[in-house]
Amino acid sequence: MKQAQKLLMLIVVFGLIALAPLLIVQESMLNLVIMTLYAALLGQAWNILGGYGGQVSFGHAAYFGTGAYAVAVLQVQFGINPWIGLVVGGLAAAVVGAFIGFCTFRYGLRGSYFALVTLAFAEVLRILSNSVDFTGAGVGLLIPLERSAANFQFASKEGFFWVIWAITFAAFLTVWKIGNSRFGAQLMAVRDNEDAARALGVDAFRVKMGAIMLSGFFAGLAGVFYAQYYLYLDPHIAYGAAISVESLLVPIIGGMGTLFGPLLGAAFLHGLSELSRAVIGDAPGISLVLYGVLLVIMVLFVPRGLAGLASHLRRGKRSQPRTEEGKGHA
Amino acid sequence: MPDSAIIIPSVLNGLTTGGLYALVALGLTLIYGVLHIINFAHGALLMLGLYAVYFLNVQFGIDPYAALLIVPPAMFALGYALQRGIIGRASHGRDENILLVTLGLSIIIENLALFFFRSDTRTVDTPYSFDVVEIFGAFLPYPKVVAFFGALVTAALLWLLMSHTDLGRAIRALAKERKGAQLVGINADHVFAMSFGLGVACLGVAACLLLPSYYVNPQVGGGFVLIAFTIVVLGGMGSFVGALIGGLIIGVVEALGGLFLGESLGQIGIFVIFILVLIFRPTGLFGARA
Repeated sequence: MKQAQKLLMLIVVFGLIALAPLLIVQESMLNLVIMTLYAALLGQAWNILGGYGGQVSFGHAAYFGTGAYAVAVLQVQFGINPWIGLVVGGLAAAVVGAFIGFCTFRYGLRGSYFALVTLAFAEVLRILSNSVDFTGAGVGLLIPLERSAANFQFASKEGFFWVIWAITFAAFLTVWKIGNSRFGAQLMAVRDNEDAARALGVDAFRVKMGAIMLSGFFAGLAGVFYAQYYLYLDPHIAYGAAISVESLLVPIIGGMGTLFGPLLGAAFLHGLSELSRAVIGDAPGISLVLYGVLLVIMVLFVPRGLAGLASHLRRGKRSQPRTEEGKGHA
Repeated sequence: MPDSAIIIPSVLNGLTTGGLYALVALGLTLIYGVLHIINFAHGALLMLGLYAVYFLNVQFGIDPYAALLIVPPAMFALGYALQRGIIGRASHGRDENILLVTLGLSIIIENLALFFFRSDTRTVDTPYSFDVVEIFGAFLPYPKVVAFFGALVTAALLWLLMSHTDLGRAIRALAKERKGAQLVGINADHVFAMSFGLGVACLGVAACLLLPSYYVNPQVGGGFVLIAFTIVVLGGMGSFVGALIGGLIIGVVEALGGLFLGESLGQIGIFVIFILVLIFRPTGLFGARA
């Protein structure tokens, strides 16, 4: 797809999603759309660093949790408006990203080593937030209920929908822009072959720093949204492994390093868990078992993600001969 | 500054805990060192092993230490089958796929356990569960002392296997140079599965030694795995001596951290060490040069 085509498609897709509040009357269905958009945002944040930059992070909870705690602490301890907290949360997460990036990229950590360091940083933050007072330690923070749009708390789900729609749309536009820019070209060059990129004069350290900060920023925004949506936060929610896993699962299932991958992945995963809950009911664990089984099946038979499957099918329609092309790109 | 009367028991206690950590890390380091994969299902498999030991004890009255004859071989078979049947097939040559598939397996195993066993925390009752051993004036729980020596023996056995048997040589050859090893006729799929099986069998040993002084519930594996990753990195990926020494260091750091900083901040020391080692010496204390 050409870049202009992608942009057009992006606008059409988000335009269609914007119809959701008009068409959907049930709160629970709208909630599903909201959570899908939120997961797509988190996944797209991961995708910037992991998909386009090739730096697989196991610790995106570090950014998510920082954003979430920023908005919650500012409100509870200092009485600062959450809309300001939204900006502060994103920026604080970007700063955490810069710190982690500085520590790791400076020493040239790559691959599994980078993944494990990010995992450890998220754990350090979890333990810290569990131990200091201003985060409410293990008890967590309860954001006081004051429903008004000025206070980033909406009486109906529709208000939350528009906020997450706008943030996620902005994230996707940013990623479209990355795919279309000098920075993006350099980032992908570093992903595909860092040594070769450096030989050509790409400042790999700077490019990766840019990616991790941008990635942290959007993951932080997801954290802010989460805190405002649920009005409660504790160290396990904010910095726990579940968030790190979700943020990498979404783009990997959807298709790493593709613009629409995170949206496909988010829709697939949330659709799947809703479906399995509807089919199987609420027996503890059993719906998640199905989720795991389908995940394994996906990896066994659709290894390049949903976006990879889609482009494969498209190529198939043009009746091109099946080649081993995909393997070379992997 | 607490005096030595507090510090020495704390260090000894840390050493015995470290022995248990080392047992979990041994399996992980074997799998990581040979297959170069991060096995996310490690914790879930440990949990499965613990349940096996638990039910053997409760249903058939088999002592956890006697279960050493049953559980590790069974875990070996399970590991071999998982690698050969699912994980190896799913990789398609990409590491993310292995990460995903082991993640999927851990979700399946943990939630099946949740469904069948509920989330209750269970313990076994053995005559020696509350025995203590006096060493240097410190009173240590008997099961932890046994586990400590069990970890030493297991590491020694693994080292013997790796250095003195054909299987060990094949594993090391594959870990170093996959194509070359295949060229001289090593069946990579089989040897990879053997390595994975051995790594999982280590978890079986760990489960038998762990249960008398510990407990089991469906979430029990998670905490162990994070610490085991730290140990593997600290000791050097793929190094058994490293896993053993790394485990003991981490155990002591955790015990002393808990003593000086309090229970919740105590674990910070582990991760600070982890980050420092990764940054300044990514090959670990005993790892081969990259």
